Amino acid sequence: MGGNREMLQRYALAVVSHLLLVVAWYLFVELGHVPKFVLPSPAATIQALLVPNYRWVENGLVTGAEIFGGYILAVIFGIGTALLFSWSRTLEMFVMPLLVSLNMIPKVALGPLIIVWFRYGIGPNMMMAFAICFFPIVLTTARGLREVEPDLIDLVRSVKGSRWQIFTKIQLPNALPYIFSGMKVAAILAVAGAIVGEFLGSDRGLGYLMLQVQVTLDTAAMFMAVILITLIGMVLYGIVLGLERLLVVRDARIQ
Amino acid sequence: MNQPFIHLAGVKKVYRTRGADFIAVSEATFDVEAGELVSLVGPSGCGKTTLLKILAGLHSHEAGNVQIGSPSQPFDPSRDVGMVFQQPLLLKWRRVIDNVLLPAEILGLPMERSRARARDLLTLVGLKGAEDKFPYELSGGMQQRAAIARALIHDPKLILMDEPFGALDALTREKMNLELLRIWREAKKTIVFVTHGISEAVFLGTRVVVLTAGPARMADNFRVDLPHPRTLDIKTGEKFGEYSRRIYRLLGME
Repeated sequence: MGGNREMLQRYALAVVSHLLLVVAWYLFVELGHVPKFVLPSPAATIQALLVPNYRWVENGLVTGAEIFGGYILAVIFGIGTALLFSWSRTLEMFVMPLLVSLNMIPKVALGPLIIVWFRYGIGPNMMMAFAICFFPIVLTTARGLREVEPDLIDLVRSVKGSRWQIFTKIQLPNALPYIFSGMKVAAILAVAGAIVGEFLGSDRGLGYLMLQVQVTLDTAAMFMAVILITLIGMVLYGIVLGLERLLVVRDARIQ
Repeated sequence: MNQPFIHLAGVKKVYRTRGADFIAVSEATFDVEAGELVSLVGPSGCGKTTLLKILAGLHSHEAGNVQIGSPSQPFDPSRDVGMVFQQPLLLKWRRVIDNVLLPAEILGLPMERSRARARDLLTLVGLKGAEDKFPYELSGGMQQRAAIARALIHDPKLILMDEPFGALDALTREKMNLELLRIWREAKKTIVFVTHGISEAVFLGTRVVVLTAGPARMADNFRVDLPHPRTLDIKTGEKFGEYSRRIYRLLGME
């Protein structure tokens, strides 16, 4: 019972701090007589949603598709690559250093090249999100697959367990908390990747919309775009967190 | 002549490193009768863990002869070994009962029967009621009890224990020693127990094998003639002291 009350209190405090931020924002604009094009009030920001020209839904869906698409690809290929590494030590020694070098490339710098190669659009922006997310997932997954107690492997081998049984019963579940820690980092990066992609070249999406309304100094719409982008990121992060709660025992989670 | 359950003769194991060869085990010669609880005692680097892994079939050996099993006690290396390590090594994501079932799963034993057996074993090791808990909800001693149940699940003839109580506090360790003797009497298994605790070795063992380090070799092998079931009282007795001194002397501590 005590635990429940504590949890309720924690949620309540979190909600209050968010609301307080909005109130502070409102008071600052109202009392400071800040011009609307510098800092719009919360109400003005919400009103920006009413401008049909901005096609919020469509742009939001485009950005969401870029973030989720790039992220899901990075999860699939990132975990897959790490699995290949765990099966072949030679492959890991051959490819891993290359990945480390490639990861040193600032992914943003690839933007103009991606545009030259693939033009504008959802696909190239997905690739940008993918490029940013891929490496942390490979790294944490590979580490998780390696971190198995040697004695535990001996225990399985003493009853003549196969390589495959060691993998499915011990290595993979053991790596799960590590995989999730990489996925959580990547979830935040994916949002940044997709938006940078849109800034560099796009004809749709919330990042694209921001550049459009910047020209007309519609700061309220820019604010709204940032809020929506953040919300998409929070949804993605929330899904990952929920999956972690579902799949990883509390004690094993990496904070 | 009655053939012993385990027969070791002149067993030697050498690790080849780049600089020089490192002798991990040498001159290991002793027999273990079925149903005995043999303590392997010695300092770090005396090869006791290596010897245990040779018995488990996890390590090869260079010279000598290792024979496990007899006509009356046939031994199947794939399913007659149960292991307990210093760390409980329970899988964090499995409930206690599912941890106990791990070897049964790997061996492909019928799950219905194994599950019933796992419950019985958890009762045997004093963990009745903890079946559905996760490892993090158990104390260190309780986790090690679960690890012992796991080593028994596939009904192996030989249990190999590598300093199983070495990570526990002194009081829990004493208690686990008594518990192990009870489990051993009830489960009727042959146990080889590695420890660096001299009094633990004498208290538990029907026989003690002393190994010394630098270079690793077997120094002694004697029967412990103390009555069963043993209680903590015997530790204050004359005989217990004699056995302990005998080991201290061999290890150059007297």
